[in-house]
Amino acid sequence: MSGVIKYFADILHGIKTLWGGMRITGKYFLSPKEIVTQQYPEIRHKQKIVYDRFKGEVIMPHDENNQHNCTGCGVCEMYCPNGSIEIITKKIPGENGKMIKVIDKHIYHLSMCTFCGLCIKVCPTQALAWGQNFEHAVYDRSKLTKVLNKPGSSYKGLNKKKEAKS
Amino acid sequence: MHDRIYDFSQLTHHIDQALRSVMSPTWTVITELVIIGLIFLGFYALLGLFLVYAERKVCALMQNRIGPNRVGKWGTLQTVADLIKLLTKELVYIKRSDKFLYNLAPFIVIVASFLAIAAVPFAKGLQAVDLDIGIFYIIAVTSLGVIGILLGGWASNSKYSLIGAMRSGAQVVSYELSVGLSLLSIVIFTGSTRLSTIIASQADGWWIFKGHIPAVIAFLIYLVAATAEINRGPFDLPEAESELTAGFHTEYSGIKFAMFFLAEYMNMFLVAAIATTLFLGGWMPFHIGHWDAFNRIMDYIPSIIWFFGKVFFIIYVIMWFKWTFPRLRIDQLLKLEWKYLLPLNLINTIIIAFIVMMGWYF
Repeated sequence: MSGVIKYFADILHGIKTLWGGMRITGKYFLSPKEIVTQQYPEIRHKQKIVYDRFKGEVIMPHDENNQHNCTGCGVCEMYCPNGSIEIITKKIPGENGKMIKVIDKHIYHLSMCTFCGLCIKVCPTQALAWGQNFEHAVYDRSKLTKVLNKPGSSYKGLNKKKEAKS
Repeated sequence: MHDRIYDFSQLTHHIDQALRSVMSPTWTVITELVIIGLIFLGFYALLGLFLVYAERKVCALMQNRIGPNRVGKWGTLQTVADLIKLLTKELVYIKRSDKFLYNLAPFIVIVASFLAIAAVPFAKGLQAVDLDIGIFYIIAVTSLGVIGILLGGWASNSKYSLIGAMRSGAQVVSYELSVGLSLLSIVIFTGSTRLSTIIASQADGWWIFKGHIPAVIAFLIYLVAATAEINRGPFDLPEAESELTAGFHTEYSGIKFAMFFLAEYMNMFLVAAIATTLFLGGWMPFHIGHWDAFNRIMDYIPSIIWFFGKVFFIIYVIMWFKWTFPRLRIDQLLKLEWKYLLPLNLINTIIIAFIVMMGWYF
């Protein structure tokens, strides 16, 4: 007899738990406000869709005087595991006639980058940072090779040295 | 009482008269068959497109997603685009497969569901054939589809296909019993297997209300067993995409895959239509006892809307199952049928026979 009771109790228990599951999905079906999907191209300019620590691409921040922190030391180039950074330096005459080495082109191959972040970590002057841009699709491979320092920019520390001396 | 409901047999009668006045009786019959065939073909295509769209939207809403929303307004043209893609895809032929059976299988599956739809009453007087053995005919014809599935799995010469087809065979053969027995309960209530008589007997109340708790139990068992019979989730072992890639239609591509896909959705429609006809009163409006004003308002809603409203409700419930429950294992599947559904169904049938004998129903 207890077997028969257990048989029907099992069935009732099964129906109860199944109904519990169906209640949850039914509730979601009836509450479209809980949808978590973000419709990407539409919300691109309406709200921020990535978080602050998102690794989009390597950038070199410039201040309002078009000056950056890069000394052209080349540590990032040495640390990069893929060789996606190339540093080209040039020599300009300093104030007392001495030639000073400064950055000419900080070349960044986005197509080779694995976004490990070593270049940013090792930079002694915090010249590099993570950018938030993630839309990297372009029509030509050559467009993925970027020059990080803007044209006409200069090293921020150069002025400070001058100020300290004078 | 139901004179207010528009009878579609007037319309079909007019068409018949018009055709007979211009051509000989033989040609009239042939023309009518062609017209009905074309109507069903168009209905099939449109309903298939709609059901795929509905399934994707319902599933998305249950999972807190939006679902198709790019092609057309609210993504309504998504399934049309999918269909065009399927039609233009390459048909892949497999080495060492049985070419004849491989090509035949999708047609058997789709013809089985096509045959069954002929006996479905869509509205008052709107039914292609009103057979004496309507219910029996539908049960017999829909279970032909499993032959196509078995052939497809065998002829593909692939282990996934074969395992899927064998599972499908075991599943359909087992659950056929429960489907038949639960439909039998309504046949006992009505005393007829003719679908129009079954619907006429529900003019003063649907069987799910008139038949007390045994009818409700039969309805629930029918829903579960029929879901299993059409190989839908949570009983989708034959196609179990995580274990068998796609089960019996792994090796099919393009239009042949589309046929299997369409047949699955049409079988879902058929299951819902049978449940509607037997348990929820078919195209009969919802009536409550002697509330004459209420009943009259209900009568003004066309019978075809009643039918499709109930059918889509049942389809929604079947989708609700699918997107809530995880898939069963093969031993759990057979245990559910042979240890729970079948004994319950037998007891239920005896109780119903007793109720009918004593006249304890409205």
